Amino acid sequence: MDLITPDFGLFFWMIVSFTLVFIILRKFAWKPIVLAISEREKNIEEGIIMAEKAKEDMTKVEEKSEKIISEARIEKEAILRKGRQSREQLIEEAKEQAKLNSQEMLEMAKKRIEEEKEAAIQQMKEQISSVSLEIAEKVLREELADDKKQKKLMEQYLKEFKVN
Amino acid sequence: MKIYITDRVNLTAKIVIVIAVAGISGLSDLNAGPRENDDPGKGFEPGSFIFDHIADSYEWHVFSFRGTHYSIPLPVILFCRESGLNIFMSNKFDHGYSSYNSFKIENEGPDKGSIVRVNSNGETCDESGKPLDFSITKNVLAMFFSVMVTLLIFLTIGKRYREEPSGVPKGIQSFFEPLIMFVIDDIAKPAIGEKKYKPFLPYILTLFFFIWINNMLGLIPIFPMGANVTGNISVTMGLALTSFIAINFSGNKKYWGHILNPPGIPAFLKFPLPLMQIIEIVGVFTKPFVLMIRLFANITAGHIITMGFFSLIFIFGERSPFFGYGITGVSVLFGIFITFLEFLVALIQAYVFTLLTSLFIGAAVSDEH
Repeated sequence: MDLITPDFGLFFWMIVSFTLVFIILRKFAWKPIVLAISEREKNIEEGIIMAEKAKEDMTKVEEKSEKIISEARIEKEAILRKGRQSREQLIEEAKEQAKLNSQEMLEMAKKRIEEEKEAAIQQMKEQISSVSLEIAEKVLREELADDKKQKKLMEQYLKEFKVN
Repeated sequence: MKIYITDRVNLTAKIVIVIAVAGISGLSDLNAGPRENDDPGKGFEPGSFIFDHIADSYEWHVFSFRGTHYSIPLPVILFCRESGLNIFMSNKFDHGYSSYNSFKIENEGPDKGSIVRVNSNGETCDESGKPLDFSITKNVLAMFFSVMVTLLIFLTIGKRYREEPSGVPKGIQSFFEPLIMFVIDDIAKPAIGEKKYKPFLPYILTLFFFIWINNMLGLIPIFPMGANVTGNISVTMGLALTSFIAINFSGNKKYWGHILNPPGIPAFLKFPLPLMQIIEIVGVFTKPFVLMIRLFANITAGHIITMGFFSLIFIFGERSPFFGYGITGVSVLFGIFITFLEFLVALIQAYVFTLLTSLFIGAAVSDEH
């Protein structure tokens, strides 16, 4: 029973108790406890992984929807731009057409006026020549009485006539 | 007031009742009388007072009243070649004053305190040798009690884990689960290695809680507790032996290779004189030996200091009762302080013992150098 001399009896009972505790607890305590704890750890790990995955999926879905929205926006813009473009084009075309039409009409009118003018001048010339013929006939009848006068007059007329 | 007794409490109550009845029946034997250091002329001897407490004993001194010591006799189990198995209660020895069945408790010499055989003249007969002593001593009984407490706690918890593995920890389970997790995650896993720690878990956990619960119960100075179990060299020797077995029986080829042919060491240290081998083999034994001494010394020191503070009361009280009363407050305060310190030491020593054992096991099973 000395302080530092090991005691066989106590040593023996110690080994017996420890072995007993070890065997009993290994079967009935440590096994289920370690199992439950590792199971729980696994569950938690799985839960975290699943949550992460769900988060990832959500971001993916969000990305997808964003993409769809942005695509739609681009399309909308394109459609709008196209509409604006075609409208402008239409107006432009209409304007061009109108311009062309008016020019044509103008041209035609000018041509017509020119033609009319020509015709009028022609007519006038014809009329003048017939009038002058009449006048000449009248003058001739009157002047034929006096030769000298007749000649002079004719010259004068002729001079006048040259102007036109 | 109505008291609800659950099954668990019932079991604990039964155990306490059984122990109490055993104690009272022992007390009724009036195992009372003066002790050797109680001679009126001698006065108070703190040395023997303290060592009586920390040493093992064949009877359990419960309390003293008016100079009479009341002790519970414990069963003595002896085996020797001449008379075979002898089982009797320790009060037959009358506190070591008389011999019984040719056995007596030695009062002096190197065998002081242990049971020896005597011849018909009452002299110790050395030639027949000491009997094999399997007595249920104070420390053995205290250890049995703590074993019961340990089993009760962990079987209850284990049952709960088995029935509801993924349930939320409840009651006592929520107190012990962090400790179990601590032993697994902070002792076994890093010390032994992520891949190899699993098979050692039952041993590591048993070791930790066996030491810790024994340490803690040793600090409670009420009857079936308060014995200096883990501060006894035989107990720590037993623990060190389990550690020795765990380390060396799990040692792989590399571990033995390291011992028998240490790598990276000049050849002349290994041959012809196997100097390094001798050092390594000594090292195999010093590791558990140091574990044994450390736990023993720490727990015993705690008990000695606490008892020392309480001895102060009686030392001063002998000079004058006023001194005694004066020092009582200080002694109790320091005693409480030391006890709280010992609660810490109880946990730390359990941790250190378990951690070092795990580290040695880790070194024995490791694949790397």
